Amino acid sequence: MKKSNEPVNQEMADVEIIIGKILQLGVLISAAIMLIGLILLIVTQSTGYPAGIYPTDFTEIGKGLLSFKSYSIMMLGIFCLILTPILRVVVSIYSFYKEHDLLYVVITSIVLVILMISFVFGILR
Amino acid sequence: MISYALLMMAIGCFAGIAGAILGLGGGIILTPILTLLMGVNIKYAIGASIIAVIATSSGATIAYLRDEVLNLRVAMFLEIATTLGALSGALLTGVINPKYLYILFGLLLLFSGYNMIRKLITHNELLQRAKPDRLAAKFKLDSAYYDKQMMKRVDYQVEHIPGGLAVMYGAGIASGLLGIGSGAFKVIAMDTVMKMPLKASTSTSNLMMGVTAAASATVYFFNGSIKPQIAVPLALGILVGATIGSRVMQHLSARAIRMVFVPILLYIGIQMFMKGI
Repeated sequence: MKKSNEPVNQEMADVEIIIGKILQLGVLISAAIMLIGLILLIVTQSTGYPAGIYPTDFTEIGKGLLSFKSYSIMMLGIFCLILTPILRVVVSIYSFYKEHDLLYVVITSIVLVILMISFVFGILR
Repeated sequence: MISYALLMMAIGCFAGIAGAILGLGGGIILTPILTLLMGVNIKYAIGASIIAVIATSSGATIAYLRDEVLNLRVAMFLEIATTLGALSGALLTGVINPKYLYILFGLLLLFSGYNMIRKLITHNELLQRAKPDRLAAKFKLDSAYYDKQMMKRVDYQVEHIPGGLAVMYGAGIASGLLGIGSGAFKVIAMDTVMKMPLKASTSTSNLMMGVTAAASATVYFFNGSIKPQIAVPLALGILVGATIGSRVMQHLSARAIRMVFVPILLYIGIQMFMKGI
C-alpha cells in the first residue's frame, strides 16, 4: 500500500519499520517457545503426560509449564502462534491511525471486534 | 522421535513454500499428505491444517519488514465479509445441507479456473479502466507495488467490489461450515472478480488467511484437535518455508504462478463438486 517512489514521509516509514519489527518479534517468540518445547521433548524423551494425553486448557498448560513439561511448552507456543494474526490486526489499526486514515481505523477495528467475538465463541464452545 | 519431527518439518517447509507463493492455506496440500502418507487421523489433520494456515500467513508476514506487495486496505476491507461469513457458517451448521454448498463452490472454482486459463491465453494481466471504480476510489483500494520480476512499479485498479465482498463472504461460510481452506476463494475474489494483479492477490490472501484461521483456531485448540507432536514441527517447518516462499514469489512472473495455480484450482473444484453429487 506504500508507493515506493513517492516522497516517503520519514515518520511514516519509521512507523512501518517498527510495526514490521513488532510482528517479526511476535512470530519469533512463538517459534522459539515451540522450538524449546520440541527440543525438550527430543532430549528428555518425555512428553510429561501419559501416552495420548496432552493439555488443552489454560489451567492444564499452566500447571505443566511450572513443572517444565515439554507438551505444555509446545501448546503454549501454538497458542502464541494463533495470536500472531490478531497482533497483525491490532498494529494495522495503529498504522492507519498514524496515517490519519480514520475510515480504515474504523474498518480494521470492526474486523478486530468480529475476531474477538469468534475468539470468545471458540473458547466458550 | 527425531526422525518423525524432522520429517514433519520437511513436509511443513514444502507446504509453506507452496502456500506462500500461491496464497493458499496449508490444508489443500497438507491434509492429503498427513492422512494418506503419514496415517494421521482426519480430526488431527484438520487441526494441524488450521495451525498450518496461520504459520504460512505469519511466516509470509515476517519475510519483509515492509511488505510492498500486499494491499492492507483491501485485506481489512474484505476481511469484514470473510469473518462475518465464518461466523454465519458456524451458526448455519445443520441448517444448510453442505451438499449444495460443495456443488456451488465446486462450480465457482471450475469457473475461476476457466477464467484464469483465459487470462493465460489473452496475456491480459492488468485491468485498465479509463475511470476508476467509484467504490474502489471511495475505499482507496486502487494501489501500486514494485514488481521485482518485471523490475518496475505496477499501478493497478480494482473493480466489482460488491462481487468481491460476496465471494469473500462465501469463502468465510465455506471455511466456517465445511472447514476447508478458503485461500483459493480469496485469491478468486481478488484476482478473478476484482481484477487485482495476481501477486498482490496471493500475498493479500496470505495475510487474510491467517486472520480468518485465527478466528476458528481457538475452537480446535480447546477441543483437542491440535496434537503438539504433529502441529509444532509442522508449524516450525512452515514458518521457514513461508519465509522462503514469499521471497521467491516476488521474483516469479504472474504467469508462472498462474500456471501452477490453475491445475490446483481445477483439482479442488472437481473434488468439491464430486463431494456434492
